[in-house]
Amino acid sequence: MTQTDKPSSATDVARRRTHTPLQWEYAPAPESAATGRIRPRYQMFIGGEFVDGHGGDVNTINPATEESLAAVTWSTTEDVDAAVRAARTAYEKTWSKMTGLQRGKYLYRIARGIAERARELAVVETLDNGKPIKESRDVDVPTASAHFFYHAGWADKLAHAGFGAAPRPLGVAGQVIPWNFPLLMAAWKIAPALAAGNTVVIKPAETTPLSILVLAEIIADAGLPPGVVNIVTGAGDIGAHLVNHPGIDKVAFTGSTEVGRKIQASLAGTGRKLTLELGGKAANIIFDDAPIDQAVEGIVNGIFFNQGHVCCAGSRLLVQESVADEVISKLRDRISTLRLGDPMDKNTDVGAINSAEQLGKIRELAAAGEAEGADRWTSPCPLPDRGFFFPPTVFTDVSQAMRIAREEIFGPVLSVLTFRTPDEAIAKANNTPYGLSAGVWTEKGSRILGMAAAMRAGVVWANTFNRFDPTAAFGGYKESGFGREGGTSGLAAYLDTDDEGAA
Amino acid sequence: MAGPARRGSAPASPVTDAVPVLKTYKLFVGGAFPRSESGRTYPVRGPKGEFLANVAQGSRKDARDAVAAARKGFRAWSGATAYNRGQVIYRIAEMLQGRRAQFVELLVTGEGLRPKAAESAVDAAIDRVVHYAGWTDKIAAVYGSSNPVAGPFFSFSTPEPTGVVAAFAPPEDSLLGLIGVIAPIITSGNAVVVVASSERPLPAVTLAEVLATSDLPGGVVNVLTGDAAEIGPHLAAHADVNALDLTGVSGDLREALARTAAGTVKRVYAPTRTPDFAAPPGTARLRAFLETKTVWHPTGAVSLAGGSGY
Amino acid sequence: MTSPDDSSGTGTGSVAVAARPGAVPPPRPALPPHLADAVADEAALRRFLHGLPGVDPVGVEARAAALATRSIKKASKLAALDLAISMVDLTTLEGADTPGKVRSLCAKARRPDPDRPDTPRVAAVCVYPDRVAVAAEELAGTGIGIASVATAFPSGRSSLAVKLADTQLALDAGATEIDMVIDRGAFLAGHYGKVFDEIAAVRDTVRRAPGGVRLKVILETGELATYDNVRRASWLAMLAGADFIKTSTGKVSPAATLPVVHVMLQAVRDWRAETGEQVAVKPAGGIRTAKDAIRHLVAVHEVAGTDWLDPFYFRFGASSLLNDLIMQRRTQLEGHYSGPDYVTVD
Repeated sequence: MTQTDKPSSATDVARRRTHTPLQWEYAPAPESAATGRIRPRYQMFIGGEFVDGHGGDVNTINPATEESLAAVTWSTTEDVDAAVRAARTAYEKTWSKMTGLQRGKYLYRIARGIAERARELAVVETLDNGKPIKESRDVDVPTASAHFFYHAGWADKLAHAGFGAAPRPLGVAGQVIPWNFPLLMAAWKIAPALAAGNTVVIKPAETTPLSILVLAEIIADAGLPPGVVNIVTGAGDIGAHLVNHPGIDKVAFTGSTEVGRKIQASLAGTGRKLTLELGGKAANIIFDDAPIDQAVEGIVNGIFFNQGHVCCAGSRLLVQESVADEVISKLRDRISTLRLGDPMDKNTDVGAINSAEQLGKIRELAAAGEAEGADRWTSPCPLPDRGFFFPPTVFTDVSQAMRIAREEIFGPVLSVLTFRTPDEAIAKANNTPYGLSAGVWTEKGSRILGMAAAMRAGVVWANTFNRFDPTAAFGGYKESGFGREGGTSGLAAYLDTDDEGAA
Repeated sequence: MAGPARRGSAPASPVTDAVPVLKTYKLFVGGAFPRSESGRTYPVRGPKGEFLANVAQGSRKDARDAVAAARKGFRAWSGATAYNRGQVIYRIAEMLQGRRAQFVELLVTGEGLRPKAAESAVDAAIDRVVHYAGWTDKIAAVYGSSNPVAGPFFSFSTPEPTGVVAAFAPPEDSLLGLIGVIAPIITSGNAVVVVASSERPLPAVTLAEVLATSDLPGGVVNVLTGDAAEIGPHLAAHADVNALDLTGVSGDLREALARTAAGTVKRVYAPTRTPDFAAPPGTARLRAFLETKTVWHPTGAVSLAGGSGY
Repeated sequence: MTSPDDSSGTGTGSVAVAARPGAVPPPRPALPPHLADAVADEAALRRFLHGLPGVDPVGVEARAAALATRSIKKASKLAALDLAISMVDLTTLEGADTPGKVRSLCAKARRPDPDRPDTPRVAAVCVYPDRVAVAAEELAGTGIGIASVATAFPSGRSSLAVKLADTQLALDAGATEIDMVIDRGAFLAGHYGKVFDEIAAVRDTVRRAPGGVRLKVILETGELATYDNVRRASWLAMLAGADFIKTSTGKVSPAATLPVVHVMLQAVRDWRAETGEQVAVKPAGGIRTAKDAIRHLVAVHEVAGTDWLDPFYFRFGASSLLNDLIMQRRTQLEGHYSGPDYVTVD
């Protein structure tokens, strides 16, 4: 083979052609806020009626502008009581007496209704939550619709779900959902509960009540019997009242481990079925034989999807030392291309932090990372001058002992650790009280399966990250909670599956 | 042969007959039979109040040692093939069968069961072990799935053992209840620290002897004797315990343990109805200590011609 | 080698440049030692190419699809259309190509939209070697490049001597850019050294021509079958001295797809990071609409970087694309949709 030619002198390198590349700025491409048809005021949904709560009105704000979006009626404990009564009545009078097929048809209607009003829901979600419109449009809303569609089909096939010939519903479910995926979490909760024959009282998060109240309209338009789904608004006190309500048979909670523990403790001895989907501190493990470019995408998707407000976010990057420099360098370059800003712009990759409170927590933990000696790198992206924003941030030189390696940050902050051997990767990945998810990147098939088996985590993404589907169970090991959502094990969370003989 | 030779019982002829050798009932931790580190014992009495034996009174530190042993046992046991676990559990049934008379005698003299009832309890216990031996390599097929996700991914969900389970055996059903509790726990690959019936611990310790000589790796089953109210809170609070089976405790203690368990989000199995261990077991206990793990991997697109449609 | 050029833009608005008259490739920087070692012998080359990180097809396709949802509006769209027009290698590669056809193509290249003289010119026309002379005559003094396919295009199934003669034919007739094909048969058989040597030989021939002729190396990705091979072939071509890596001949399907172009953009990006040398990319075949072209530009922008948003470093090998770009450009300027009858068919 011939050798390629060499420059004749150092000046040849300097004489490289210079040019002025095009500074190509994408023009703003905002989705129309009008599509959201935001109304000045929203009521809650009890017994098939849109009603005022007894807690007055509270404004929900757009976290990207800090401006008020709409007024929302707020409930008190007596409204929760009314909702539970409505759910009980609906359970006893109609829902539990209906055939599975007929129940399923209502769920199909809801699935279709969500799809029909998809763009409107996406806009509402983005305005109320701050997530980029491309995510609410391409992920949250279609997946929510898919969850109803999937579970609709289960309603008349429960006998085939593997829990006996005639599994019974539990009754009335009390459900509390978080602010990171308001509509999608509502779907994850309501769809399986209804398919299994339960009725529900559900409380959205304090800062994101709107999309579920639009869902309430879809539910009402679907003609769902009154009281089968009841939606109460409010803060943590209302959630606490709901989960401890003696009139409910089942509690499902998605949120922080801290609150999950409290709920579990408060339900001790009640015999009430409980499922918890709590926090996480997922390791995303990059081996030296990984498809590096896709791994970089996976890292970015793992931690910056939804501003990192994802319980299964890949917040701990574990990268093999031999490729660490290359991966981190490529990662920084890639992160620098992320477009942070107006969530309504179709080209925005990273939107707004949901609330001032959450922004404060992220800032506090990031400051702790710096104080503990980790090396902080921040994306050079410009920040809007109003709204709650936090730039994509990467900490390197992180050790297992630091808070940023142990605590859930729930924001766009990645902690990078290195490992030398697979055993070390496994040990570090599992070295957390959490166990929700993990990522593994390697082109070696046997290692993929071996690592997947070794992870003490409920979801393992190999050569991909943050994939969700109603057919695939999702949920945690250890302090990330118990119970699953999706698939047959998700259905089990809403069925009385006790088949043990009793004396 | 081989019932609990009572301390008080003397040979028929003190002069010519051999004096029976008595058994010291100890804990079973990590495949060994230690005394309680506390040095404490408590007397176990028969149906008529007669003295049967002194039994180790497990302590907080014994619970700690048992959990550490269980964690080790879990690694070995959960890493074994399902086929191997099935064979090991079946081997336990074989050993129980070989010691059938001993267990019958224990139940008759120790707990006052009629011989027929004792025989049927022991037979049922053996049957229960055989039943679970056959489950080990079916759980994944019955409770796992291949998930037809809407995208170019192969996704499967597979049940995995939860980890270390602290269990409380039912106080009254000393053998069948004990086996009914621990067998489903270990079948799926968990390790267990079981607190035996405080009043009727002797079958539990004798079962431990069976397990010690079976092929079960040390630490998979650990038996503590003593007071559930004393040991229980330490197990419920222990951060390296993943789950509690509260079958054998009730009332305030059950509620307190369940509340403590919330501190580290333990899975808690606490059946609201009193289980009938003589009835064919369902699957609830088997499922109680399983975690579903879902794995995703990209698929398809082996060639540019097939994969790209943009 | 002569000094790099200096030419300023001739396009509109923020579009920097069309083709540069007399532009020459920059001199090749020294290869870093590990890359120099990689081409020491066939075994080393093989080890190097097989040591490149793999490509996960689903991942790269998902990334390409995600980037394809970018919404390019208003001024940024007009800028993109102008840039895309200035990047077109207007191509005719038919057995039926006549001097008349080539002349007509050159007229189009000079004035893509006669109604709108501010429309940028294309970067080059691309023809078979025996039609280069006609094109050279038609385009003399315009600054528009004359690209010629060579080396037994499109199959590449001939001797090296024939390939070099083919190349020389085009050069002698006035080609300023040579689009060679690699020997896919040799590549797939694992004879990377043979592929390398052929590219290097053609490159030497090209370098000897006056005026800084640039070499495009066509990988024919549709025949390479996997993204891993696309990545390996990209590196192989760059190691052998390619000024451009080009997807396809246009004669094989699939031709240029977004994910394939992604992989090639990653390759030139990584190559520059390792060598300091900026290699150009040319997707060819299958890009027919302005929308497709803009999606490629988004990929260029976000995968390789702004430095490649320049006709010197990125081209579209296309024929029908130009008219759609012109039509969409009019739509942007006139505020209503244009129609095919309002752009010239050549």
